[in-house]
Amino acid sequence: MKRFSWFNATSLTLGFAFLYVPMIILVIYSFNASKLVTVWAGFSTQWYGELIRNEEFLNAAWVTIKVAVMSSTIATVLGTMAAYVLVRAGRFSGRTLFSGMIYAPLVMPEVITGLSLLLLFIGIGLDRGVLTIVLAHTTFSMCYVSVVVSSRLVSFDKSLEEAALDLGCSPFEAFRLVTLPIIAPAVISGWLLAFTLSLDDLVIASFTTGPSATTLPIKIFSAVRLGVSPEINALSTIMIAIVTVGVITASLITKQAAVRQARDERMAERPA
Amino acid sequence: MSQTVFAPWENPTEKPLIQFKNVTKRFGDFTAIDDLTQDIFAREFFALLGPSGCGKTTMMRMLAGFEAPTQGQIFIAGQDMAKIPPNKRAVNMMFQSYALFPHLSVWENIAFGLKREGKDKDTIAARVEEMLRLTRLSKFAKRKPHQISGGQRQRVALARSLAKAPKLLLLDEPLGALDKKLRQDTQFELMDIQEKTGTTFVIVTHDQEEAMTVASRVAVMDEGQIIQVATPAQIYEAPNSVYVADFIGDVNIISGRAKPNGEKVATQWAEGQPDIIGTTATKFDAGQEIHFAIRPEKVAISTEEPQDAANRVRGRVLDIAYLGNISTYHVELPTGHVIKAQTANTRRLSRRQITWEDPVWLSWTDTAGVLLER
Ligand SMILES: Nc1ncnc2c1ncn2[C@@H]1O[C@H](COP(=O)(O)OP(=O)(O)O)[C@@H](O)[C@H]1O
Ligand SMILES: [Mg+2]
Repeated sequence: MKRFSWFNATSLTLGFAFLYVPMIILVIYSFNASKLVTVWAGFSTQWYGELIRNEEFLNAAWVTIKVAVMSSTIATVLGTMAAYVLVRAGRFSGRTLFSGMIYAPLVMPEVITGLSLLLLFIGIGLDRGVLTIVLAHTTFSMCYVSVVVSSRLVSFDKSLEEAALDLGCSPFEAFRLVTLPIIAPAVISGWLLAFTLSLDDLVIASFTTGPSATTLPIKIFSAVRLGVSPEINALSTIMIAIVTVGVITASLITKQAAVRQARDERMAERPA
Repeated sequence: MSQTVFAPWENPTEKPLIQFKNVTKRFGDFTAIDDLTQDIFAREFFALLGPSGCGKTTMMRMLAGFEAPTQGQIFIAGQDMAKIPPNKRAVNMMFQSYALFPHLSVWENIAFGLKREGKDKDTIAARVEEMLRLTRLSKFAKRKPHQISGGQRQRVALARSLAKAPKLLLLDEPLGALDKKLRQDTQFELMDIQEKTGTTFVIVTHDQEEAMTVASRVAVMDEGQIIQVATPAQIYEAPNSVYVADFIGDVNIISGRAKPNGEKVATQWAEGQPDIIGTTATKFDAGQEIHFAIRPEKVAISTEEPQDAANRVRGRVLDIAYLGNISTYHVELPTGHVIKAQTANTRRLSRRQITWEDPVWLSWTDTAGVLLER
């Protein structure tokens, strides 16, 4: 039993309040019947209805989903490959530099990432739109995928791959038939992570977007400058829900798979 | 025995299946295999025996293609293996850790290698069924590796490595995890499978009894080198060094100075004790250091002085190890040497006549032991 103290209780409440009160207020006001954001006038779901009829928001949602699916898929492929090389290739010259460079974008200020990508796209004369956002999102989310996948690969029993080679697989077949199915949960949660990152990105998207492609975060941000509307609250609530589900699913998959696979692998080996 | 003895290594016209030619393997500046040259012949059951870390697994991994020799060459069926990747070798390995695929069923594990060969469905199914029968796993075909016992997993690993009918099967301590009874059963099963399939087996073990049971030849290794290669009987009866004699079975070693005398060599080993008389084919110089090695079961123990033995010494019983079928007596000589003598327990225990502290005689013939230079 942990001892209960006023100090603990207070700091816990304060901490969580700090984290969640703004969001809770947003969620509550999305169900407000009044048009005025700050005046409560009873429960209603009318703003969700309005949202569905709003062409601009629907377009932005569609662009956001397209961008998120494409960028997270590409990021998953690239991030998994990078993780595999980093964990498996052993010590090659420049390995430390390479792994450092993979992880650097994790801590790079988004403004700088966005700006540098913008300069690149202008430099090579690429028209800004969905494609450029996809490329930009791939760039920063693949490091997250690579972190998730490489932490799984570190505990992966290398003799399984050797057994596959021994039984006639080429190195690529060994990866596809043995390694990939076993690390699949980590790859999936990497994808979910990349997906949610892309979904709620504002900074990099606004640097790299063009007039043809407006993502939801950009749309919300520009709408809010004209004043917060209950519609925006409703939209944000939906996004919070999607991101929450994505992140929780990713962490559940990772945790569950880790437990199950630790057991499977232990059991598939000889008894100690 | 009426059938011809299997001994291709004695036939100079026989082509070896595996040839190690001056193979050295270094990890950094650590030498795991040290200038090793060895032939292994088709249909052999070749055992690598040695203490942990002497390089057994490294030799196997070089045969399978997971490690490349730092120097020297390895030939399999006359072909230099240097540029052949593991998936292009007619060699299969049963891993020390089994390395079963946890996401595949027993059936799919066994079929894995066959599918890679691109065989048609019916051929694969027939071969897998055959392997399941051979290893008595038919009932478990649908289970995942974590749903079967350790002994069954070991048999899946064996079935998987046998399924492709490789020219050469490498077994890295295949039975280490099994209890004694199951291990003995499996040893005979392995020998049976080897006979039926005609596959060449190279087996790694650190259990000398296992090596003696299954192998056509045993290689005793130490620190990356092979010290002796011979049939189990030769290794046991005629070890070439104290290291091998000591590694295989129980042995008494008495060191001294050689005193050659025609066919025989006397070993001067202690002041005031009669020399030990032995016979040997090796030439010893007078005064050269010599080690007399004799197995405990070749030393007779008696309460009365034996009359016609070539060698006899007096001693006092220090300890008796009763092992059911045999007893080992530890006898201390006046010089401080402790000699082990073993007798079969043909009488009941209560009627045994020698006990602790008894003065006894130990004796052996002049051909019972071996004389070793090192
Ligand atoms: N990949 C490796 N890197 C460095 N040292 C190794 C490697 N593989 C084996 N060794 C060393 O080589 C020696 C022989 O190992 P091994 O062949 O596994 O011995 P064993 O006879 O027990 O199977 C050991 O000392 C081991 O530490
Ligand atoms: Mg080993």
